Amino acid sequence: MAFEGLADRLQNTIQKIKGKGKVTEQDVKEMTREVRLALLEADVNFKVVKDFIKKVKERAVGEEVMESLTPGQQVIKIVKEELSALMGGDESRIAVADRPPTVIMMVGLQGAGKTTTTGKLANLLRKKYNRKPLLVAADIYRPAAIDQLETLGKQLDMPVYSAGTDISPVEIVNQAMAKAKEEHLDYVLIDTAGRLHIDGDLMDELIQIKSNVKPNEIFLVVDAMTGQDAVNVAESFNEQLDVSGVILTKLDGDTRGGAALSIKAVTEKPIKFAGMGEKLDQLEVFHPERMASRILGMGDVLSLIEKAQENVDEKRAKELEEKMRSASFTFDDFLEQMGQVRKMGPLDELLDMIPGSNKMKGLKNVEIDEKQISHVEAVIQSMTAEERQDPSIMNAGRKKRIAKGSGRSVSEVNRLLKQFDEMKKMMKQMTNMQQGGKKGKKGKKGKGFNFPFM
Amino acid sequence: MSFFKKLKDKFQSNQSNEEVSYKYKEGLSKTRKSFSEKINDLVARYRKVDEDFFEDLEEVLIAADVGVSTVMDLIDELKMEVKRRNISDSQEVKSVISEKLVDIYYGEDEEDAAVGLNMQENDLTVILFVGVNGVGKTTTIGKLAHQLKSEGKKVMLTAGDTFRAGAIEQLSEWGKRVDVEVIKHSEGSDPAAVIYDGIRAAKSRQADVLLCDTAGRLQNKVNLMNELSKVKRVIEREIPNAPHEVLLVLDATTGQNALSQAKTFSEATNVSGIVLTKLDGTAKGGIVLAIRNELGIPVKLVGLGEKVTDLQNFDPQAFVYGLFADMLDD
Repeated sequence: MAFEGLADRLQNTIQKIKGKGKVTEQDVKEMTREVRLALLEADVNFKVVKDFIKKVKERAVGEEVMESLTPGQQVIKIVKEELSALMGGDESRIAVADRPPTVIMMVGLQGAGKTTTTGKLANLLRKKYNRKPLLVAADIYRPAAIDQLETLGKQLDMPVYSAGTDISPVEIVNQAMAKAKEEHLDYVLIDTAGRLHIDGDLMDELIQIKSNVKPNEIFLVVDAMTGQDAVNVAESFNEQLDVSGVILTKLDGDTRGGAALSIKAVTEKPIKFAGMGEKLDQLEVFHPERMASRILGMGDVLSLIEKAQENVDEKRAKELEEKMRSASFTFDDFLEQMGQVRKMGPLDELLDMIPGSNKMKGLKNVEIDEKQISHVEAVIQSMTAEERQDPSIMNAGRKKRIAKGSGRSVSEVNRLLKQFDEMKKMMKQMTNMQQGGKKGKKGKKGKGFNFPFM
Repeated sequence: MSFFKKLKDKFQSNQSNEEVSYKYKEGLSKTRKSFSEKINDLVARYRKVDEDFFEDLEEVLIAADVGVSTVMDLIDELKMEVKRRNISDSQEVKSVISEKLVDIYYGEDEEDAAVGLNMQENDLTVILFVGVNGVGKTTTIGKLAHQLKSEGKKVMLTAGDTFRAGAIEQLSEWGKRVDVEVIKHSEGSDPAAVIYDGIRAAKSRQADVLLCDTAGRLQNKVNLMNELSKVKRVIEREIPNAPHEVLLVLDATTGQNALSQAKTFSEATNVSGIVLTKLDGTAKGGIVLAIRNELGIPVKLVGLGEKVTDLQNFDPQAFVYGLFADMLDD
């Protein structure tokens, strides 16, 4: 990532304070200045930052920080707490109408991702809540917008209501409502055209749709990469339509996403979901806590853990762990473990989620070559079952055969064998440590630990 | 180094080449004039150059997404310059501000800062459009096709976005509206293959310009960026020196991430220019200053509205003025 996280930023100031007996007001001022810069770099609106810093300063100047032995940590803690408080709690519920269908309107600027998100939301409603949504193509302005929604409908095997481009969106929506009632579809998702918040005519159109169908939810769809202007957009849409929630899109990019904070601060409406990829099942519940960490550049451990939980087969993981403990870990297990890790997603993305991973020596700018992993896999797959169980039978002839079979060099085979051996030793050490609980040995943990593909 | 000193050095080193000097003088005098006039209004509101003045200036620039580090550098330089020249009257500071701002955009090489598109005479010009999702690549292509066609050029389009639902239909619709031919495959096919076909077709039909659409992609998706490099390689292989322009389309509402976009897309495709879209909203797109400053990529076109005629050549002076418009309003 191109930006320094807050922790990195505060590092310098903390260095200066260290050794001092007492933290002065000036020190706190300097620290809040760094907080301000970090937030601005993350695209949080400057007015929002101003108010925020004021709050942080008040708390920091009080005893909390000054009396603390670790003022830097304390400031980070305050910032995170305040940030999380501002972002609100998890709120991913979707309204249900007393009398179906429940109507959801999607609004936002051009290119925010409304149509894609409409498809994703419909998918989520069906998958998670077992609902039957109707998609409504009310974008008659952008060329082929209707085609796009129809294609999504086909991919999802869901009904799409469209009526061409010669009819007003207000009328389209009315007709769609009738259809939904007739066919007993319980959700109606209206994909409206992207529009500028300052375009009076087009905003009036939305207001008219709203007054006609009285939607249960109006979701403002916002691009996570939006800069300072996010406040103007959100404020204006909210004033005119009184939106019920926000969906943040393109959060799978490398943006800090400070817009989330700006939007929350000016609208006080919950951010409910986040678009995390191009596939139709990649709409996730929005987690304010994690967003706070991300804005501050402090990694996303929780997401990582969740990803692991989602994708790693718990029982298999236990078995593997047992094998590691008993040091009977074989190449077969190794192969499987690699598969499990890979299921979680591209490795560099995983690394990004580990806090401080960009500061860790050797890990900074490390480019994990997915190919390299494939090579390792190829080498292992070229071994016989016997060799995988017991690598000690390996000799020059066998290695040559493996190299040929995998299309790698003998030295590469050697390297893998050596690393595997070291890994096993390490595991043994770690298990001994855990069981024996010898604290003195802790320093050795992780030292020299090398994945064969790094 | 001060602006004037730099300029003087340039003149001196270029003394043998009077033509170049003249060009600089011409270009700069025009720039300076329009700046002075506009910043006049800005500084008229402040009698004294004090902390408040700088704070306001800082906020105006940050609100325009110019970027924190660029703004901080600029403010620091301004403060120093003001101290050095012992300026306390806001009227006097205006020339300093304008110098510094011109500096940011024009940087070292003032000459190429306001060039148009690199069009081939009597030969096929290939322009590749790249960018993240939803910035307006396809729309920009439609508008540009319209413009080039009304200039009497034979224009063709290739639908290289084979991923997003409805993208091919969207470009086809533009082809119909503008009345130009669109080369396309079906959804999900290899984008490089479509663009290869587009080049062959453009060659055999002796088109003047080929505009290549690509799927929007976030710059941290390595695989997708590799795919883009491949597309570019295919174009290079078919026509030496092509693509003649690789235009990165940027949404003006984008914040600091635009810098990361410019960096990564440049690494993959050697971006030659930027199209800044959606400037008709309330966003200012100030991040292009930082992009120009750090990566040297100039803005070539700006999208100022939804009409086909709303795609215009970039005017740096008008743009920088736009960054301050708010401060002048109240």
